[in-house]
Order: sequence, then structure tokens, then C-alpha cells
Amino acid sequence: MSMNREGRPTRPEAAAGEATATWTGNRALMLEEPLIFEMGEESGTGVDIEDAPRVASRLGGLERNRPIGIPGLSEPQTVRHYTRLSRQNYAIDLGIFPLGSCTMKHNPRLNEKMARLPGFADIHPLQPVDTVQGALELIAELGGWLVKLTGMHSVAMSPKAGAHGELCGLLAIRAALEARGDAREVILVPESAHGTNPATAAFVGYRVESIPADDRGRVDLQVLKARLGPDVAAVMITNPNTCGLFEPDMIAISDAVHAAGGLVYCDGANFNAIVGRVRPGDLGIDAMHINLHKTFSTPHGGGGPGSGPVVFSEALTPFAPLPFVEKQGEHFVLVEEETAGEHHASSFGRMTAFHGQMGMFTRALSYILSHGADGLRQVSGDAVLNANYILRSLEDVLDAPFGASGPCMHEALFSDKGFAEGLSTLDLAKALIDEGFHPMTMYFPLVVHGAMLVEPTETESKAALDQLIGALRSVAERAKAGDESLKAAPIHAPRRRLDETQAARKPVLVWKEPAQAAAAE
Amino acid sequence: MTVHYTEEHEWIQIEGDTATVGITDFAQGQLGDIVFVELPDAGRQVTKGGEAAVVESVKAASDVYAPVTGEVTEANQALSDDPSLVNSDPEGAGWFFRLRLSNPSELNGLMDAEAYKAFCENQ
Repeated sequence: MSMNREGRPTRPEAAAGEATATWTGNRALMLEEPLIFEMGEESGTGVDIEDAPRVASRLGGLERNRPIGIPGLSEPQTVRHYTRLSRQNYAIDLGIFPLGSCTMKHNPRLNEKMARLPGFADIHPLQPVDTVQGALELIAELGGWLVKLTGMHSVAMSPKAGAHGELCGLLAIRAALEARGDAREVILVPESAHGTNPATAAFVGYRVESIPADDRGRVDLQVLKARLGPDVAAVMITNPNTCGLFEPDMIAISDAVHAAGGLVYCDGANFNAIVGRVRPGDLGIDAMHINLHKTFSTPHGGGGPGSGPVVFSEALTPFAPLPFVEKQGEHFVLVEEETAGEHHASSFGRMTAFHGQMGMFTRALSYILSHGADGLRQVSGDAVLNANYILRSLEDVLDAPFGASGPCMHEALFSDKGFAEGLSTLDLAKALIDEGFHPMTMYFPLVVHGAMLVEPTETESKAALDQLIGALRSVAERAKAGDESLKAAPIHAPRRRLDETQAARKPVLVWKEPAQAAAAE
Repeated sequence: MTVHYTEEHEWIQIEGDTATVGITDFAQGQLGDIVFVELPDAGRQVTKGGEAAVVESVKAASDVYAPVTGEVTEANQALSDDPSLVNSDPEGAGWFFRLRLSNPSELNGLMDAEAYKAFCENQ
């Protein structure tokens, strides 16, 4: 036989050099990455373009006299920089992302394929409408689905994300009230609403008043009814709410608000829990935004822009923003200021330069069509089942303040009750990073002390949920037992615990040359 | 010199017809590290129970209410530079604003130190 003794060993040698420091500082394949401004040189470039011709300046002495300070890197340097940074991050493609009320679900790759079709991806908003009929049809078809799924009357597709959608809804409400000469001043916001709701109401010029939650975590209907009156423009309600609970009195709430001459805005961020099962239009809602980047799986959280179409009741439809897509005969047209005519003369105006987030529209429609009506119904069923599995699996070790009031919807809520003195929700969340998970939403909603809000979405398998539950159980037990080592967490992340207080009190927002920064100290 | 307390965890110290307002030690402990304080401008009229200032901690932003009706005469500008004074000395250097009382009888409904202590123990 011929024996080759030169091949590579297939078994590890005895671990001899364990304690030897490497030249790069024991980072193995996770190298420390500088900021992009600290890399390359200004003259570097990844593209080969001719130098600009020398021209006589007509800026009259206002020319820039310092370098512009843009990093110059080649293509491989750039690709490696961002890929290395991405390896220090956490993403839905790496594991469960249990942020409550954020609906971090899997972004199906089919959607990406559809969004890259040149007829959708390579078009310009100022192209003649005759050349983008397919894209306009897609916007109209998606809008039709959103109207159907919500049981509402019309839809505005242009708002760019959730809070922008809230702004759109409230501007329509204000326009409707002003059109009837009714200057109301107050917006009521339940404690269990999303944090952006009061901010939106204040931005639109309303005074915000809070409505307390009852001991079941729902809007206190009697308090709400007692507060209604001729000064209340609208109620902004999140349903299911941020305690992860459905508002069973929603119809009574809407009826009471309408009887008092007000309107009902619903924050649709948690629509994932009810899609295909409950139509907000049947609950008396006048306006609701839909986060395509939550319920309809388009990427977000660093992965892409949001998109927040707003559906309207018949009463608010005349006040919806421009532009919008309309089918006239066999042709799709954009209704804009010049073409709106008498029909849409009451529109409150325009929110965006163009028509909305085309790439998100394509992905969302792809998601809807690939699931179908039955699939969407299963989405909400599975999302709620997963959240209840987490709630019931952990309620013996974590306090579930509303656990006794029945099943939760899409998210499970826990409090820090029972933690040892000195240990907090923050410590548990940081320890979860060491376990390999992105932490849940914490300290929100404010109605629960040290809140932990876990939303698994329908994406996760039972095996994935069991892993998260195991990790949460372990850190919760440590928190209850007073394990002080939690305070040091995370230990195994690329960065240890950051000083959030210092970051908020003295934020460093602009990169400076190290020499400059030292001089400024 | 008397100090009164509200159920919303503000303290108010009276000297003649001038009152100094801040948040209590209990409140700063609950809020955690304070990172930002928004104060009312001098000359602003505030009403009892109405919003007068905003305090932001690493956990949340909270409104601070005026314990009594009056006109703001001065705000503690030191808090703009160093909001941590609210944590380190909430009932001293961490005061929020001063106001001229419009209706001193409004003080009657507020708690004294002992009543406030008992109130916090039940929180």
C-alpha cells in the first residue's frame, strides 16, 4: 500500500497553547472593526471615474476650503467593513427577535425576488404613468387587499411608516372636524396605547389626556365615557393593546366616542394578532394605520424602510391625502392636486413627494398572495398560539400581571415582581444577550413595573420557542435567586454593558479625528 | 419654611409668596438615571395639576405637574447642563422651578412630610 503521511490532520491536537495571546488580541475570526472614517484615505475610491474638469468658480469666495471628510475605500474594503459589522449585530435571519409590539417576523425570500423584478425595482416616480401601469396596478391591488382585510372604505398608501400613518389619520380627523366647523382640542389616549400615539396627537396640535387601564389591562370604559364631551376630537386606541390584550369593549368605545361627536383612531401595529379574523371596520374605527413592515413581513429594524398605509371609514374618506391610484376604465391613473377635481377637494393635502414605498408594496403583496386568505388567517392563529405558549410556559417563574384574565394575543407580558433586591429587568435583558438572544421589549408598557414584552410571531417553531423559554427561565431564576453576576452581563457579546445614562446625557453624535477629539476633551 | 408634597411626587417649599418645586427622592429613585429635564420659561402661568415640566430618565419620560397655580419666576438652569443633580440632590440643588403663588389656599390639600412618607410606603 502507498501511505501518504503529508495530508492534513483530521483530529485536533492536544490543546497546548490555550493561554497564548495572539498578535491581534485573541479575536479569532471576530476582528475588531474600526469606524469607516478611520479606514482608507480620502483619495481612495472603488470606482474609476475621470477627474472633474477644472472650471472657474462662480461661488465668489464661498468655495469649500477644507477636505470634505468622506472616507475613500475600495469595493472589497467596503464590503468587508459592513459584513464584519453585520457579524457583530443580531438580525431576524440569525434567530428569534422577540421585541413586543414590533412583530419581527421572517422576511420571505420570495418577496425579495418579486421586489427585484425590473418592472417594480427599476422605475422612477416621475416616469409617465403609461410606462408604469403594472406598478400602479400593484399599488391598487395591495390597497384593495388592505381595505378588504380591515373592512374599511378606502386606503392612503403614501405614509412611510407607523408614526407617519398616525399623523395621516389624525390630519384626516382634524380636516373632517374642521370641515364641520368643530374645533375640538383634546385627544384621549389610553395608558395601554403605543408611545407614539400621544406624540402624534401633540404634533397635530391637540392636547393629550390619558385614560387609565383597568385591573384587567384594558381601557377603563367608564372613565373613558365620563371624559367624553364636545372638546374631545378623537380617541387613539391600540387594539390589541400593548399589554398584548384584545379590547373586548371596542364597539362600545367606538359607539360612545361617535355619540359624543368624536372619531376613533386605531393604532394597527398589532394587527398581526387579528389579521383574517377581526375587521377593524366592524369595530367602528374611523382610521387605522397598517405597518406593512410588521404584519406583512417587509424588512425593518435596520433591514429596510417602513411603510404605513392608512385605511379610512366612509366618513373620513373625502379627507384622505393625495396622491392616490385610481382605476379609470382599463387604465390606472394617479390622482394628484391638478387632477383631483371636485371629488377630492376636501383632501387634507399631501404627505410625501411621491406615492409611498414601492419596494415594500411589492413585498407585502407578495406575502399576501403567497399566503392567501386562509394563510393569513393562520398567521394570526399561529402568532397568538406562540405567544400563549410562552406566557403559560413561564408564568410559574415570571410574574404575568394579566395572566389570570385569559389568553393573551400576539405578545406575552411579564413584570419584575419577585426579582431579588437590586436586580432589574435590564439585568435580565442583558443576560439574555449572553444566552444568544436579542432581548424582548422592556420597561414598556408603562402600566407594568419592569415590564418585559415578548412577541414571538408565527415565524418561530416550537423548537425555537423552547430554546427561548429555556434561556428566559434560566435568567429569571438567577434574577429571583439574587445572582449578582447578572449585573455584569453581557460578558460574551462583542461589547460589554454600555453606559446608557452617559450616552443620553453626553451623546457623541459626530465623529472627530482622534487628535481633534483629544483637543476637545 | 414649609415643605408640602403631592401624590404625583412633587415637593413644594414655601417662602413668603414664593414656592420652589422639584420631584421627591422617592420619584428620582423610581425613575432611575435622569438624562434630560425640560423646564418652563419664566413668566409662564401654570395651573394646579397642569403640566409644568418634563423629566426624562433612561427608562421613560414623565410630566411634572404644578402643585399649585402661579407664575413661573425662575427655572433651575443648572439642570440643563447637569440633569444628574435630580438624582444626587432631588430636594435641594435638583429643584426644577420657582413660582409666585396665586392662591396660597391651594396648599391646604397637599401632604406634609409625614403623610407623604406614609403615602410612599403604600405605593
